[in-house]
Order: sequence, then structure tokens, then C-alpha cells
Amino acid sequence: MDFSLTNREKLFLQMITDFAEKEVKPIAAEIDEEERFPVETVKKMGKIGLMGIPVPVQYGGQGGTNQLYSLAVEELSRVCGTTGVIVSAHTSLCIAPILENGNEEQKMKYLPKLSSGEWLGAFGLTEPNAGTDAAMQQTFAVDAGEKWILNGSKIFITNAGYADIYIIMAMTDKSAGTRGISAFIVESGTPGFSVGKQEKKLGIRGSATCELVFENCEIPKENLLGAIGKGFGIAMKTLDGGRIGIAAQALGIAQGAMDETIKYTKERKQFGRPISAFQNTQFQMADLETKVQAARLLVRAAAYKKDEKLPYSVDAAMCKLYASEVAMEVTTKAVQFHGGYGYTREYPVERMMRDAKITEIYEGTSEVQRMVIAAKLFK
Amino acid sequence: MKIIVCIKQVPDTTEIRINPETGTMIRDGVPSIMNPDDKGGLEMALRLKDEFNAHITVITMGPPQAENILREAYALGVDRAILLTDRKFAGADTLATSNALAGALRNIDYDLIIAGRQAIDGDTAQVGPQMAEHLQLPQVSYVADIHYNQNNLLTIKKETEEGYQMLEAEMPCVLTVLASANIARYMTVSGIITAFDKDVEVWGADKIDVDEAKLGLKGSPTRVKKSFTKGRKGAGEVFEVEAEEAVGIIISKMKEKFIIKPN
Ligand SMILES: Cc1cc2nc3c(=O)[nH]c(=O)nc-3n(C[C@H](O)[C@H](O)[C@H](O)COP(=O)(O)OP(=O)(O)OC[C@H]3O[C@@H](n4cnc5c(N)ncnc54)[C@H](O)[C@@H]3O)c2cc1C
Ligand SMILES: Cc1cc2nc3c(=O)[nH]c(=O)nc-3n(C[C@H](O)[C@H](O)[C@H](O)COP(=O)(O)OP(=O)(O)OC[C@H]3O[C@@H](n4cnc5c(N)ncnc54)[C@H](O)[C@@H]3O)c2cc1C
Repeated sequence: MDFSLTNREKLFLQMITDFAEKEVKPIAAEIDEEERFPVETVKKMGKIGLMGIPVPVQYGGQGGTNQLYSLAVEELSRVCGTTGVIVSAHTSLCIAPILENGNEEQKMKYLPKLSSGEWLGAFGLTEPNAGTDAAMQQTFAVDAGEKWILNGSKIFITNAGYADIYIIMAMTDKSAGTRGISAFIVESGTPGFSVGKQEKKLGIRGSATCELVFENCEIPKENLLGAIGKGFGIAMKTLDGGRIGIAAQALGIAQGAMDETIKYTKERKQFGRPISAFQNTQFQMADLETKVQAARLLVRAAAYKKDEKLPYSVDAAMCKLYASEVAMEVTTKAVQFHGGYGYTREYPVERMMRDAKITEIYEGTSEVQRMVIAAKLFK
Repeated sequence: MKIIVCIKQVPDTTEIRINPETGTMIRDGVPSIMNPDDKGGLEMALRLKDEFNAHITVITMGPPQAENILREAYALGVDRAILLTDRKFAGADTLATSNALAGALRNIDYDLIIAGRQAIDGDTAQVGPQMAEHLQLPQVSYVADIHYNQNNLLTIKKETEEGYQMLEAEMPCVLTVLASANIARYMTVSGIITAFDKDVEVWGADKIDVDEAKLGLKGSPTRVKKSFTKGRKGAGEVFEVEAEEAVGIIISKMKEKFIIKPN
């Protein structure tokens, strides 16, 4: 694997940096403060092709790589963690399972509009009693001849309320354990499907996180995604891919905090010199920079393997585990380097610290990533 | 409608640093970008493409790495890209640059030629107008906006120091455009992905229609005697006094320097 960016990736980075600086950064603090979902940004991203980067052209996508996609999430997250996760959940958790498991009709029906950003996507696996132990699904779907009848609820669903398309896991055979779980494509506005209250959160406050409720929700027969009983496998594979996106989000947040801290410590003077002149600042920042670069290489390696169609589950777990913990460490220290100012909302580092935390939790907590890595070691 | 846009790769800085020993510009560590006014001109062309399905050719004269801005132009939506590169072009001043560009343009079909008003490195604003002279075309500089009237006429808003003029020009003509004319669009993701599969035509001196004596150092009457970074002014004097006293101080300082007549 070549570690340097290709010319194409460099030009892409130039564009996405420009976009992030001009369109995303200026409203990052505001959408956090107001807990406002940035609909206007999603529109703009759709227009230039950021909502369907790794989707083949024949399905209305951009025909890009996972490497480009993770660069996009990283760069957006460098200035706004909320915007990063909107793209990541949409692309990795809704588009990818349709692309990888959908039949031709489903791909033609959903992918073009998802890729253009006309439709937004979401993914519902987590339930009140099925978090880390995702196999404990209580939502169930009954075969009613013409339709599937879905009952149950999901919690903590990213993009909920704003999304048009939801990938939903449900039990179709309660006696069969994980082999009794199936995946469905549920469109917003389907009778019996409603979105519950929006969570108030510590970070990524502009992103929507809501409960989904299914009460005798009637789903067309053709909306079963993949084969019956294959839902759990689809969900786990989807999360493998999603973890690269979340790792890229964490990496971006960490880089953003590095950038802010370098700028601030060069400007802020105490004891007659900039605080960047203190060896403590320099040594700690050198360590953090090294960790950020290490995280970046793990993310690139996982995206590379996914692009090359090599097994990547463990790589995805490792990059997410490492990048999210680095993000937490970097942002916490960034606040420390900013002193009292860093603790206020005058500076973006406290927001970055709040945003970083979620990367250790969703799409599998850090403990889950360790389980995945250890399972490979001791198999 | 066929449009040619002349674009130049420039260092991304408004502060050119000069190596005091060699008198040449320091390019190390300064990333290169498409000249901002040229980006404004390109956006103007792209809007004509959106509206009237214009065909756009971009052309740049520069070293091989100037290809980067041509790829960027492809990602923005142009149809054809030409890189003028040849050792014979090296050492060109504005006259030799405009001669080379004009020589290339003679071999391309056009209805409209767009250049930037000014490059942020050379900063002369001469290349566009000189090119128009070589090609004997009407020219309008400092263009802030245009409107195409179908019957081969352009209504043009030209910025002046006092305000602006509204002009009408018949195509073919040369416009030099301001960066502030419009907000440039973003490259699209698919544009970026396909940009590298497209052909960048590389033209040497043999491909253009101009007397070789007019190219490069040979064709450049300008002799640069010395290049230097302008010296920093000394720190100003600060007086923290009441307004009335301040006026007195300013007046006496101006008299001291003969800016106003000493009594
Ligand atoms: C903002 C936000 C957005 C989210 N978006 C989505 C979404 O779009 N779609 C979706 O389906 N879900 C989503 N989630 C849910 C998220 O994936 C879960 O919260 C996460 O998987 C953890 O589940 P839980 O909250 O039930 O925690 P629990 O499973 O109750 O875990 C609590 C703690 O116990 C630890 N733990 C649990 N089991 C073990 C074990 N066996 N060994 C060691 N430690 C263990 C966990 O690591 C954790 O630290 C989102 C959550 C949040 C907060
Ligand atoms: C520090 C410095 C000092 C110089 N001093 C002199 C000098 O005193 N006299 C002199 O004659 N020359 C001088 N030159 C050289 C001159 O600037 C270059 O020859 C340059 O190619 C053309 O001029 P410009 O950059 O001022 O462009 P401008 O005339 O400001 O550019 C106007 C527009 O012309 C087009 N254009 C210009 N160059 C190109 C190109 N290479 N390819 C495609 N389109 C182009 C672009 O659309 C651009 O926006 C100097 C250069 C430097 C860096």
C-alpha cells in the first residue's frame, strides 16, 4: 500500500477542505448551540456529490473509493463532527447495505436518490434492550401474505426524522436466534411508522438522534433486504464498514483540535513567551501528532482493504478503537492547552471534546472493538 | 459558443518572497493554485456553458506541474485543456507570454476569450490586453459581469475606480475578468474522479502560430535589473493624547515632511 495521496485524492482534498472551511465551519458552533440539524449543508453536499461517493456511476453515484469517502468524513469532521456523522451514517449505514445486499430493483429504486442527497438515509439496529447485545432484537416482523407487519421500537437512531430511507433490523423467527433476524427497507411516511422524541446530547448536538416506533407498520414484501434470516449478518457487515467512517470522523475531530491548539499556543503568551515555547507543550503536542498520524494510517489501511475487497473487519475495529481514543485524548488535552478559554464556548475545542466522546460509543463501543480484535487473536 | 479561458498557476500567497542572492521568487513550501481572477473568469465561462451549452477550452503556459490547474478545470466542468510547455517559453516577460498564448489561440476556434484581470504573482495585468492586441480583437478589462444577448453581442459591466461602465461588445473579443465577478463553484466529486481520465494536450513551440523569436527570454524586451522584497517601514510613533492635541501633532508632522506648506 502506498501511503501518499494520489493526485486525484489531493484534488479531492483541496475541494473538500475548501467546502469545509467555507460552508461547514462557519455554522458549526451555531448548530451545536441550537441543536439544529443542518439541512442546508446536506443540500449543498448533495449538489456536489458528497452524499454518494462510493456508489457506482450506474446507480447514480460518483464511482469513488472508500478512501475518498473517508477523506471526506475526516475533513468535514475536522471542522464539525455533526456534519461528519450525517454523511457517515447516510453512506455507510444506509447506502452500503443496499449496495451490498440489495437486488437490482432495490438498487435502482433507492441508490440514485440517496446518492444525490435528495433522500437521506438511516439505520436502526439498537433497541432499549438490545445495545451491545444487538442479537436481543425485540422488534418483530410477521409475514402477512402481501406485506410484512412490523412492531417494536428502535432508539438512538442517527438522521432520524430527516431521513427518508431506514434500514431496519427485526426478528422474523424468534426461535432462531441471530438467524431469525431480517433486514428491511422502510420508507418514511409508511403507515404505522413514526419518529419519537429527539435525544438531548453531550456532543454532535446538530445531528438528530431519535426513537423510531413501529405500530402495525405495513412494509411491502419487496422491501426485505437480502435473504430472510440474514439480517444479523447484514447488520454486522454494515457496521464493519461504518466503523471506517466513524474512525475517519474521530480522526477529523482530533486533527481539528490539533490545528486549533497549534494556532492558540503560538498566540497565547504567558511568562513573556508564547505557551508553544514551553517544552511541556512541545513534547505533549509531538506525542499527540504522532498518535494522530498513526490513527490516520490505520484508517487509510482499512479503507484500502475495503477498496481492494480484502477482509477488513479487524482493521475497521482497530482503526475505530484507536482513532476514537486518540480523538478523546487530543481533544481533552486541547482544552487543557487552551486553559480557561478552552472551557468556554468562545473556542471550538470544548465542542470537539464533547463531539469526540461519541466516537468511542456508537457503531460498537471501544469494548466491542476489543472483542472483535481479540476474537481474531484467540480463534 | 466556443470559449477559451487563459488560466495561470500561481503561488498561493499575496506576499511574494524573493531570494536576495538570485533575485528569483521563492516557491518552496508555497502551494500553487489557480490564479483567483482566472477562477472568476472560468466561472463566468461555466455559467455560459450552463445556460447556452458553450464549449470551454482552458489553456495555460507553464511548467509541466501546471497540469494541476488544468485537472482542476476539468473537475469544474470544462471540455478541453491545453498545456503550453517548452523550454523555448522559459524566461518570458508579459510580452513573450502574450505572444505565446496568442500563437496558440490562433490554432483554436473561439467566439470569446477570457483571461483574468491580473495574476497575483506577476501582478502586471498586461497579458490579457496584449493578447487582444496581437489577435487584433476588441477587449474589455476589469469585467465584473456579462450578459449574452444571443445575436453575438455581450453587455458588459466593467469596473472602474469611480464606479462601473456598461458596455456592449461584439464577439469575438477578449475580456479580462475580476475574481469578485462571481462566487466560483465547487469541483464536483464525479468531476474530480473523471478529470484524471481526460486528455491534457501538451503543446510545444512547434504547435503554435508565432515567430519563435518572439518567445521566451529572446522575445522578452524586459530586463530585470534587480528584484527585492520591499523593506519594512519603521515602527510608527504612538501618541496617546486628546483629539485636539492630536490634530496639532499631526499638522506639525505634516509640515515637517513638507506634505503641507510650513507656514
Ligand atoms: C448519538 C448516538 C447515535 C447513535 N446512532 C445509532 C444509529 O444510527 N443506529 C443504531 O442502530 N444505533 C445507534 N446508536 C446506538 C449505539 O450504537 C449504542 O448506544 C451502542 O452500541 C451501545 O449500546 P448501549 O447504549 O445499549 O450500551 P450497553 O450495551 O448497555 O453498554 C453499556 C456499557 O457496557 C459495556 N459492555 C456491554 N457489554 C459488554 C461486554 N460483553 N463486555 C464488556 N463491556 C460490555 C459497553 O461497552 C458500554 O461501555 C447511537 C447511539 C448514540 C448515543
Ligand atoms: C516578481 C516578478 C517580477 C516580474 N517583473 C516583470 C516585469 O517587470 N516586466 C515584465 O514584462 N514581466 C515581468 N515578470 C514576468 C511576468 O509577470 C510573467 O511573464 C507572466 O507570465 C505574465 O504576467 P503576469 O503574471 O503579470 O500576468 P497578468 O498580465 O497579470 O495576467 C493576466 C491574465 O493573463 C493570463 N495569463 C498570464 N500568464 C499566463 C500564463 N502563463 N498562461 C495562461 N494565462 C496566463 C491569465 O488569465 C491572467 O489572469 C515578472 C514576474 C515576477 C514573478
